Amino acid sequence: MGWETWIITTLSRSLAYGTPLLLGTLGEIYAERSGVLNLGVEGMMIMGAYSAFTTAYITGNPWLGILVAAVVGGLFSLIHAFTSVTLKANQVVSGLSLTMLGLGLSGMFGRGWEGKPLPAAIPKITISGLSEIPFLGPILFEGQNLIVYLAILLVPLLWYILYRTRIGITIRSVGESPATADSLGINVDRVRYVCVFIGGVLAGVAGGYLSVAYRPAWTEGMTAGTGWIVIALTIFAFWNPANGMLGAYLFAALYHLSYRLQPWVSPELLKAMPYAFAILVLIFVSRGTLQKRMGAPAALSLPYTRGEE
Amino acid sequence: MDNSEGYAIELRGIVKRFPGVVANDGIDLKVHRGEIHCLLGENGAGKTTLMRILYGLYRPDEGEIILNGQSVQMTSPRAALNNHIGMVHQHFRLVPTLSVEENIVLGLDEGTGPFMNFHKTRQKISAIAGEYGLSIDPQAKIWQLSVGQQQRVEILKALYREVDILIMDEPTSVLTPQEVSQLFTTLRTLVDDGLTIIFITHKLDEVIQVSNRVTVLRKGKAVSTLSTAETDKPGLARLMVGREVVFQLEKSPLKRREKLLEVNGLYALSDRKLPALRGVSFDLFGGEILGVAGVSGNGQYELAEVLTGLRKSTKGRILLGKKEVTNCSARKMYDLKVAHIPAERIRMGIVPALSIRENLILKKYRHHPFSHREFLDNKEIEENAHRAMSDYQIAAPSCETPAKLLSGGNIQKVVLARELSENPNLIVAVHPTYGLDIGATEQVRQVLLIQRERGAATLLISEDLEEIMTMSDRILVIFKGEVMGILDAESADIEEIGLMMAGTRHKGEQL
Amino acid sequence: MKSRLGFKVEKRAIVSGSLVFFVSLFAIFAALVVAGIFFRIYGVSPIHAYQLILKGALGNKFGLAETVRRAIPLLLCGVGLTIAFRALFWNIGAEGQLLMGAVAAAGVALFSGLPGPLLLPAMFIGGFLGGAAWGLIPAILKVMLGLNDVITTLMMNYIAIYFVEWLIHGPWKGPTARGFAYTDTFPRAAWLPTLYGTRIHWPTLVLGLVLAVVMYILVNRTRSGFEIRVIGENPDAARFAGISRFKTTLLVMLISGGFAGLAGVGEIAGIHLRLLGPTHISMGYGYTAIIVAWLARRNPLAVIVTSLLFGVIMAGGDVIKVSLGLPFQLINVFNGLILFFLIGSEIFLRYKISFFLRR
Repeated sequence: MGWETWIITTLSRSLAYGTPLLLGTLGEIYAERSGVLNLGVEGMMIMGAYSAFTTAYITGNPWLGILVAAVVGGLFSLIHAFTSVTLKANQVVSGLSLTMLGLGLSGMFGRGWEGKPLPAAIPKITISGLSEIPFLGPILFEGQNLIVYLAILLVPLLWYILYRTRIGITIRSVGESPATADSLGINVDRVRYVCVFIGGVLAGVAGGYLSVAYRPAWTEGMTAGTGWIVIALTIFAFWNPANGMLGAYLFAALYHLSYRLQPWVSPELLKAMPYAFAILVLIFVSRGTLQKRMGAPAALSLPYTRGEE
Repeated sequence: MDNSEGYAIELRGIVKRFPGVVANDGIDLKVHRGEIHCLLGENGAGKTTLMRILYGLYRPDEGEIILNGQSVQMTSPRAALNNHIGMVHQHFRLVPTLSVEENIVLGLDEGTGPFMNFHKTRQKISAIAGEYGLSIDPQAKIWQLSVGQQQRVEILKALYREVDILIMDEPTSVLTPQEVSQLFTTLRTLVDDGLTIIFITHKLDEVIQVSNRVTVLRKGKAVSTLSTAETDKPGLARLMVGREVVFQLEKSPLKRREKLLEVNGLYALSDRKLPALRGVSFDLFGGEILGVAGVSGNGQYELAEVLTGLRKSTKGRILLGKKEVTNCSARKMYDLKVAHIPAERIRMGIVPALSIRENLILKKYRHHPFSHREFLDNKEIEENAHRAMSDYQIAAPSCETPAKLLSGGNIQKVVLARELSENPNLIVAVHPTYGLDIGATEQVRQVLLIQRERGAATLLISEDLEEIMTMSDRILVIFKGEVMGILDAESADIEEIGLMMAGTRHKGEQL
Repeated sequence: MKSRLGFKVEKRAIVSGSLVFFVSLFAIFAALVVAGIFFRIYGVSPIHAYQLILKGALGNKFGLAETVRRAIPLLLCGVGLTIAFRALFWNIGAEGQLLMGAVAAAGVALFSGLPGPLLLPAMFIGGFLGGAAWGLIPAILKVMLGLNDVITTLMMNYIAIYFVEWLIHGPWKGPTARGFAYTDTFPRAAWLPTLYGTRIHWPTLVLGLVLAVVMYILVNRTRSGFEIRVIGENPDAARFAGISRFKTTLLVMLISGGFAGLAGVGEIAGIHLRLLGPTHISMGYGYTAIIVAWLARRNPLAVIVTSLLFGVIMAGGDVIKVSLGLPFQLINVFNGLILFFLIGSEIFLRYKISFFLRR
């Protein structure tokens, strides 16, 4: 394979695999920007994957599957929002319990769905005119699908909302200083619920994408820790959607590069690469954070009660 | 029949209870339109609680709020804002990572939906700022601004929302004397324009200087409401405390002993890696109290932390007696008999969930007789606790009581008992009486004076200028990490100290 | 004047032990009820299912043995986790630490060439060190670089899983049967003795019980325990007191990782007698141990009870699979529900609701 083809294929596949990472990260960024740490992403993703697959199988419509996945992810996240925001429980453990639940439920209900072929998956699209563009064409416009494009379009939209609108100011203030936001009449709980919900919906869609577009199939535990990588990517992105895009695709590219090494390195070690990468990325980035002072939302994972400073 | 229409706001029979304390005990308050009304009381008298109720942050257990003759429910700050009541809190409610304009606009519904018209916002901010002389850069990030500027943003926030009533909670605690007079000028301008101001303070000077009328709170009750012109400082003090207050402390004459601490050219960085101490030098002798005066944030905390081993210095030397102790660890400094009474006693000074007896050995647990090798000797620890509790009159059901259940004064006594029990040579006391009632304050000050008698060298860091002036033998003024001057406390002039706190170097002899 | 029933929510100052107990019971009960719904979906009466589980797990010798066998790794991991949680180190990586302990022990068993009597002690030491090392890495990353402990311990789990996979498919590959890879069987000297007729490898059990008591003493009666408690309750005061966050964090992860490693040794030297695929060695013990530790309210002695409880639940999973044809995953759902209700119910511990008549 020539150099150029090699790069194009890698980047093209990065776009494909990076999409669920990007969707999940965008959602988690919003949740964490409002101050709620959502470790249930893995659970929401797998539930999204499962519900999308079964819906698509039964109805024959993969888009309906994605829709259902979004709803399921959202509902799951509302449970986390309830325990974290209303009951003010420990957010780490709450998210973990939902991941356990999600993995368990999907494993339980998913028994018997393994190996079933999907009649209709999300169709791959090739845009004939644009795909002729040298280099970028084959990467962006050949063999991708609508969800990939949706993810890309979400980035500037979510960035704009977060940094240039009143809503964004509200969200950021709730995550940095909920007492301040509260004293100005902002309903801190409601903002957090909404942001966690966004996170859940996007996580659900990300999972649905995996089972209905990326590799149309259902396997128990098929998300294989993608949700955890999303959590790492959120930190890597400094809670900024634009960086999130960079991080997701970069990570996906590295992941695919590791497959290229398959003839030389054993497959099991390769499978460990994403997780080792995540740690290395965090180490690399941590040195900058110390200087930057623009780190995590100050109130992240801290429950807020009015009157308690 | 009372004439409620004439009042800007009226509070009737407000009661508010917290676990273990009645913060507001049937308080009535009537504020006239267009006046500056002071709410005076000691720390813990219930002033902030009352205003938080007015601002909708708390719901009262009983009582009502009357606005324009009608009873209103302040269910939340939004309701307060809808009723044109604004509040400038003691600890600013600003989001540090957002800009000035973002903070001003936060939570405001300007009718344009989610979209921001930054241009229009900036214009409006500049207009208001110009009208009241509060210049500010709308795009600056809050963490880049000075404390005085941040307070201006807080005021602008309220003015932007067109409030009629502005509540200010201890606004001068973080300002230099010059900034304070600027603030008072601003307040008078606002009042001329028709605003009503409620001003919470515990400083008698301010009441006399700026208010039209004053309501004095004591232990949750409204003791009296008077027109300021009809009273004076001693009168107010009496109302505040309930008995004659002695403004002078019984302090024995200074008996200076040998030099215990020498600080030479000390440099250190703050948490944000900015210079906090820039060439601080001074000597401290046994038997004296050196007060450190300065507006909060000029390096005092960093100085305390460097001297107690909690922060590294980047340059300079510290000598304890003859021994060089620059950059020793906190543990080592404690072993060398340096005591630290921290500013935030609950956050740093105690472990709230642990018992009193465990808190008392927080630093000593590694020493004989409290532990042998790895194991703690609980019997010794308990005996130590009983001794400390009786020596320092710590009021609690038992030494097993979790420290978090104690009152502020008792918590401070636990800290004192722990720090001072080993007869330290150097005591670094940071805001030791902050938030304590008069009784506890007196006790703490007595303890410090006894240590002074004993021959300890004390560095007293405090924002309470009156405390510094009455307790200290010498006063060091710090500004932006530099020593502006060291004066003799007896002859010091508060004006001069104020100027030094704002950056003017002392022209005379440095002691 | 109408009088209405109002209620007031206030923060609780002291939490009594009995309240904690009842709230925990409530959480378990709620989980039982919700799990019951899932039983219904499969057409099984929940009461019937629970009866079967209790009978199967506790009512007969075989079931009881299975219960205890499951409880052993939960006990060891759980005790270690209570120490980590006390110091506010969120060790989600017990699973990986368990596996690395197993790897170390397997290495000793298969390749060290040590004489018979030394083999088992060496395996335990190796397992402890393996798990401890795996736990120390996230600890060092946290104290030196400020890396989030939840994420690093989690990622290390997956790295450990694939490391084991690599070993059994690669360098340590033994015979392969029916698609499952594993190493050679350990020499006899590396087999842990089990209680007659059961799979209870009692040395590990004894070790677990002893360590639970030792940890209890450590936390409450020693200097290190004092330091751990101070750091966990108030990190600022700890710094003020000169307690080294560095040393204490490393110590708790040494213990927590090491104990999980010991659990791993027990599994492969007591049950499997070889190194297998990671999901066969640990059926989520590391994660379940989190619930065990949480339910024990971070008290090492209480872990003895809670680990037994979850041993019952896990043995129950076998029961429902065999007797009722239900998926084993239902147990994971049940566990998730318990954890969920546990933390959800903590609000009752922090706040008190009092009712009164309002005029």
